[in-house]
Amino acid sequence: MADAPKIDEVTGTETTGHSWDGIEELNTPLPRWWLWTFYATVVWGIIYMILFPAWPLVSGATTGLLGFSTRGEVAAEIERVELSNAELTRSLTTVDLAALPANEDLHRFAVQAGRSIFAANCSQCHGAGAAGVVASGYPNLLDDDWLWGGTLEEIAYTVRHGIRNEDLDSRYSEMPPFDWMEDEELDQVAHHVRSLSGLDHDAAAADQGAALFVDNCSSCHGENGLGNRDLGAPNLADAIWLRGGTHEAILRQLNAPRHGVMPPWGERLGEAEVRAVSAYVHGLGGGEAQIADPATDKGAEDAAAVPDATYPARAGETPEEAGADDVAPTE
Amino acid sequence: MASDAPPLFAARQPIFPRRVSGTFRRLKWAILIVTLGIYYITPWIRWDRGPNLPDQAVLVDLANRRFHFFWIEIWPHEFYFVAGLLIMAGLGLFLFTSALGRVWCGYSCPQTVWTDLFLTVERWIEGDRNARIRLHNAPWTARKWRLRMTKWAVWLLISVATGGAWVFYFADAPTLLRDLVTAQAAPVAYLTIAILTATTFTLGGLLREQVCIYMCPWPRIQAAMMDPGTLTVGYREWRGEPRGKGGIRRRKVAAEAIGGGEAAARYGAALDKDSAAPRTSHSGDALGDCIDCHACVAVCPMGIDIREGQQMECITCALCIDACDEVMAKIGRPRGLIDYLALDDRPPTQPGEVADVAAFSGTPAGHVSGAERPVWAPKPVWRHIFRPRTILYTVAWSAIGVFLVVALFVRPDIDMTVAPVRNPTFVTLSDGSVRNAYDVRLRNKHDEARPFLLSLSADEELSVEVQGAADTVVEVPADSTRRERVYVIAAPPDAAAGRERTEIRLWVEDGVSGERSFEDTIFNGRESFDERSGSAG
Repeated sequence: MADAPKIDEVTGTETTGHSWDGIEELNTPLPRWWLWTFYATVVWGIIYMILFPAWPLVSGATTGLLGFSTRGEVAAEIERVELSNAELTRSLTTVDLAALPANEDLHRFAVQAGRSIFAANCSQCHGAGAAGVVASGYPNLLDDDWLWGGTLEEIAYTVRHGIRNEDLDSRYSEMPPFDWMEDEELDQVAHHVRSLSGLDHDAAAADQGAALFVDNCSSCHGENGLGNRDLGAPNLADAIWLRGGTHEAILRQLNAPRHGVMPPWGERLGEAEVRAVSAYVHGLGGGEAQIADPATDKGAEDAAAVPDATYPARAGETPEEAGADDVAPTE
Repeated sequence: MASDAPPLFAARQPIFPRRVSGTFRRLKWAILIVTLGIYYITPWIRWDRGPNLPDQAVLVDLANRRFHFFWIEIWPHEFYFVAGLLIMAGLGLFLFTSALGRVWCGYSCPQTVWTDLFLTVERWIEGDRNARIRLHNAPWTARKWRLRMTKWAVWLLISVATGGAWVFYFADAPTLLRDLVTAQAAPVAYLTIAILTATTFTLGGLLREQVCIYMCPWPRIQAAMMDPGTLTVGYREWRGEPRGKGGIRRRKVAAEAIGGGEAAARYGAALDKDSAAPRTSHSGDALGDCIDCHACVAVCPMGIDIREGQQMECITCALCIDACDEVMAKIGRPRGLIDYLALDDRPPTQPGEVADVAAFSGTPAGHVSGAERPVWAPKPVWRHIFRPRTILYTVAWSAIGVFLVVALFVRPDIDMTVAPVRNPTFVTLSDGSVRNAYDVRLRNKHDEARPFLLSLSADEELSVEVQGAADTVVEVPADSTRRERVYVIAAPPDAAAGRERTEIRLWVEDGVSGERSFEDTIFNGRESFDERSGSAG
């Protein structure tokens, strides 16, 4: 910078003094307001560093004088939402489950909450779409077939206590292995089971198997193979197969029965969330209406399997999407 | 050498534009009144839409996600109307820029309009150019404080009104005004007003031309869109140069003939009216029409000298044309020394030649000395405006406009979208029937609730159900969307239950008007089963 400043003749502005093949650069000064704005941003940055988390440290960062943290904001937000939902949560815990679907607002709240609970806790086995996994024996929750009952109360009980676990009240049953039978006998039973729901089968073998079925299977599955929900014995006469309906799959299950396990959610989730997720599952398309006492009336079992159409025909109650913004314009 | 180091910043050179009157000033007044009038009045126009909808003619209803414009209502899924309008605005700017240069900047840019308004206030309170320069240089006396405070107070009022009018576009104006004055409006309303007040005051009052020079990208873009045939504000240097103070030789001659300087003064003015006469300087050199009076510089809100040629700063507000025309009239020269001109529109001769000036002003060439010179006249204005380029822009602009208008009138009042549920693709029910689920959105654009009847047409025997409902009639509230889960079921003997995919068509019918709309979708049967999804067994 020892040289005297060079002035550009045309503009009268000083140049930077550099020259590239005769091309020189003007050193046009900044507008004053621009410089002030720049200084203001520097000052703002310093104040921000003091007040807010700024400098990364080895573990964590400086906290800033205001003690702001995004995690704290989330906690506060959750607390706020829980507080505003406290009333609904309390009524959900105490309401008679049979009456829940008729209580529109509460039901909508339960289904909405249940969707999140399902996604966080249930979808790992039953799938995000609740369609289950045949290969692993996770039941499909969308259809109208229920192992342990499809009313709201029965679903809530299953969620609360689970299936085949350490909970003393859990659903429990066990199918014994029939590997002591002759292979031919097992084959005949399998043909009979397939005949129950009208699948392809060997008629002669099925006839033989019918007697074997009555002797060995009907105590749980019933003489006509309609199953028994008290025992979680599946209905063998419908089109739905928990572990596959092929001849091989049936033989596999006869030889070495596999049993599904579901953890008890009652303590972990709490009663309100158990009820919420039950309402969600109940609304997935196969939920059954509450009837007098399905367990004592074997004949009513199939009647109970009819999808419910008695709920108030409140529009906008789709299981996936129903929400508080339903009536308001949503797009 | 520290003292020789360039300064870190350059202070703004204050600009004190002088008042001017003329054709373009009147045009600018008219545009200012119309645009500001539209801006301030529009939110207060009422429009009856029935009991369920807002009765504000122009309303951006963010809470309900609707845009109301008189009889038109735009839903979010119709945002292409807004996109189309933005494209039209862009093409419109291209069109105007290629035809008339930075005409947007000069007349209708909000920065220009509000700066103009603020300058008017400034002139009204502090006086015209010379008074303001004196006040600027004066020490801070009580009078200066009083004038400055008055000016700033009025500016602040305008700024608050500007920000205030903006928020009325987003809520019911009378209600919001009442809430605002009773301190019950939403904080965001006050915040918006505060921010817009600050920006209006700063940009319109304090920064003014610096916004155009330093902040706005449009001047650079526009420079690239102009061409030599574009009409823009310019100085006819071939007519004005060499500039200088001087008179007409004949004035001297005549005055001397009559009897000296006194007569010259008396008759000089009359002689000046003879536009064909050449001007000369006192030393006898031939002069152009520019008398170097700096009127064009004094009125310029950007503080530039248009005679230096095309400049980035020039917003083509045309006030220099008015100023120069006034001077030309006084000295008896044809108007238009500074004028809307195209850069390629110049006579094929040397600058400063009188013959061209005369020809330009419409005087018959024979009247001028040197009739052998070619007669020249600038291309008529329409030849600058109707060029292939501008016609192309106009065609594109109109095509989008026609498309939007047609789209506006053919859009249905009922609407449906169907999203098949893919997780899982189908569900087997206990009786062996196959069920598919669809998320159906039903839109009712009427201002009353309507029953929507869902039905199905397909080659197969399929039934349709609405989740949780006994029938397939859905009551959709006024002006809203209803989401329903709809089931389509194929009984076991039906071919569709087994086949991988069956094309179906869902119909929705307005129970009141009978209007129908359909959506094609797919029904998945058992053969679409993927072992891994485990959706059936």
